[in-house]
Amino acid sequence: MIPFFGWLTAILAIGGLYWGFFETPDTLSDQKQYYRIIYIHVGAAWMSMWLYIMMAAWALAGLVFQTRLSFMIASAIAPTGAIATFLALWTGAFWGKTSWGTWWDWDPRMTSELILLFLYMGYMALQSAIDDPRRADRAAALLALVGLVCVPIIFWSINCPNPNECAALHQTSKPGGGNMDPNILIAMLVVALAFWMYAFVAILMRVRNIILERERHTTWVNELNKLLEENK
Amino acid sequence: MSAISEFFHAGGYGFYIWGSYGMAILLMAGELIAVKQQYRTILKRLSRMARINAAEEDE
Repeated sequence: MIPFFGWLTAILAIGGLYWGFFETPDTLSDQKQYYRIIYIHVGAAWMSMWLYIMMAAWALAGLVFQTRLSFMIASAIAPTGAIATFLALWTGAFWGKTSWGTWWDWDPRMTSELILLFLYMGYMALQSAIDDPRRADRAAALLALVGLVCVPIIFWSINCPNPNECAALHQTSKPGGGNMDPNILIAMLVVALAFWMYAFVAILMRVRNIILERERHTTWVNELNKLLEENK
Repeated sequence: MSAISEFFHAGGYGFYIWGSYGMAILLMAGELIAVKQQYRTILKRLSRMARINAAEEDE
């Protein structure tokens, strides 16, 4: 599974970026070549929100069904989600510097995305601060669920129904909307898909670590280890 | 200007574009390397524990 998603990531990323850099016009409406940050900015921003929803969903499943694996998946998602959030902010800053003339502005979209980053960090900090893994899981899961309120705020901070209520510097993001060149849109979607596949790789690898780490006293892990040793 | 340096220059916006892409590659590659390293460490510790257990059983 991990190599499969790894190859998908590589193929999609190379294909999407090739298309995005060589088969697209040098301008996007009034923006010059710097608009090409869009490919990773949008992918990272989507992943930051999607991974948070997934993390909260696994946390909820863990709380409801009392399954350890659900909590392990939730905590495997958090660091990857935090990286995606950071990248959305970082690439947004570089983009903002060129198109708005500022690295940062306390615009609703940026502020709510920053809060999302703090939520991821809070989740990880809370979980590692409690020694008993079962209590840590439950406490962190609760935080993830409460923080879920942030995701629709991020989404509607620029896509609110009444444009007059949006005091945002950030452009609206309507799928396929505006006057975007279809080649740019295709490249953007392919790279976003590459981000998604990458997230699978990173999360599956990390959940494997967490399982081995937590279940190290069980017989099946020891049996598996013996098998791995013999096959070396 | 050659085609390659023109590409990286990106109409004067090279710093912004490659600053974004560079950080993305740095963080994601770094994440994979760190997780892989952690996996190796865990496997090493597991086999060490297995050896200790085997030695105790022999006694």
